[in-house]
Amino acid sequence: MSIGHTLLGLLESGPRHGYDLKRTFDEKFGQDRPLHYGQVYSTMSRLLKNGLVEVDGVESEGGPERKRYAITDAGITDVSQWLAQPEKPEPYLQSTLYTKVVLALLTGRSAAELLDSQRSAHLRMMRILTDRKRKGDLADQLICDHALFHLEADLRWLELTAARLDQLAKVVAP
Amino acid sequence: MIPEGSLLAAHDLRKTYGATPALDGASFSVHPGEVVAVMGPSGSGKSTLLHCLAGIITPDSGTITYAGRELSAMSDAERSALRRSDFGFVFQFGQLVPELTCVENVALPLRLNGVKRKAAERTALEWMERLEVDGLGAKRPGEVSGGQGQRVAVARALAASPKVIFADEPTGALDSLNGERVMELLTEAARSANVAVVLVTHEARVAAYSDRDVTVRDGRARDLEHAV
Repeated sequence: MSIGHTLLGLLESGPRHGYDLKRTFDEKFGQDRPLHYGQVYSTMSRLLKNGLVEVDGVESEGGPERKRYAITDAGITDVSQWLAQPEKPEPYLQSTLYTKVVLALLTGRSAAELLDSQRSAHLRMMRILTDRKRKGDLADQLICDHALFHLEADLRWLELTAARLDQLAKVVAP
Repeated sequence: MIPEGSLLAAHDLRKTYGATPALDGASFSVHPGEVVAVMGPSGSGKSTLLHCLAGIITPDSGTITYAGRELSAMSDAERSALRRSDFGFVFQFGQLVPELTCVENVALPLRLNGVKRKAAERTALEWMERLEVDGLGAKRPGEVSGGQGQRVAVARALAASPKVIFADEPTGALDSLNGERVMELLTEAARSANVAVVLVTHEARVAAYSDRDVTVRDGRARDLEHAV
């Protein structure tokens, strides 16, 4: 995810302090990975340098100085371009799972057991996400669904590979 | 051989159709209130396992124990009575009686157990409310959507207060949104009523609503998380 573009997008509704940006980001997109303060401030200074944001005001209120950032016209254009640009589909061609299966076959280990234990780990994660989805709001449901569909795709690959192990063994370890 | 505290347990089941083995030493157990998914590729024997566990078909060998009673020691009549009183069923489709209204369908297991019509339909409506289909009582199955029909079927499976629900691909004919809602309602209702669920599915997203999963491959059931 592009943190810079996301923070810029959050500024479109009005100027905010760095702390406020971090809090909103964590709340909406952070989930299990909250931003570090350092990341916010380094990102904001880069955006400032590139003319995508400007300092709207500085407050201190007895404590350290706090800059309030506002998005510039160039910043708004940058967000629009980012949103309009489709993400590159990730085909995962260099899958670790595939490598492990082939290595197991090459070294005479049980690839079927490897696939089974991976399957079990995937299902365990799917169960955790399903539970979280059940207890969460719509935003949680959508985030978990995205992860669940990807895990499901992996699982289908694991099933298919398990069904083709004998064939694969002949190809990789003749 | 029977896992401690289990409500329904099978050990070393074997079943052959002609020369084809459908079950080849399968074992399984479920505790009260537990949702167990039975997964596996097509033809792996998962539906045969479910039918054996529910006493619908008899295995060639092996034991099935339900609440301390051996299923194979029962007569056909006793097994039928057990299915009516203690088991509920949800299938992929075609399970509702088309001539009856939805509320009559849900009340049917209670009526078969001797409950009077009014009382049976009152209980049926309570379950339909929990499954969010209480507005469909007067409609016939042909007049409701697939998702609604499946919720009616779940309400019917739960209406007679069973101890175990057998669900064979219960969301197989539904789109993912409806399928997930049916799973949510089924597992929530079952857990709160301490009903065990044996859920046969090939879909991981459906299996993710379970507490545990067992994989059937080549007629053998494997429980990876509880493997010794």
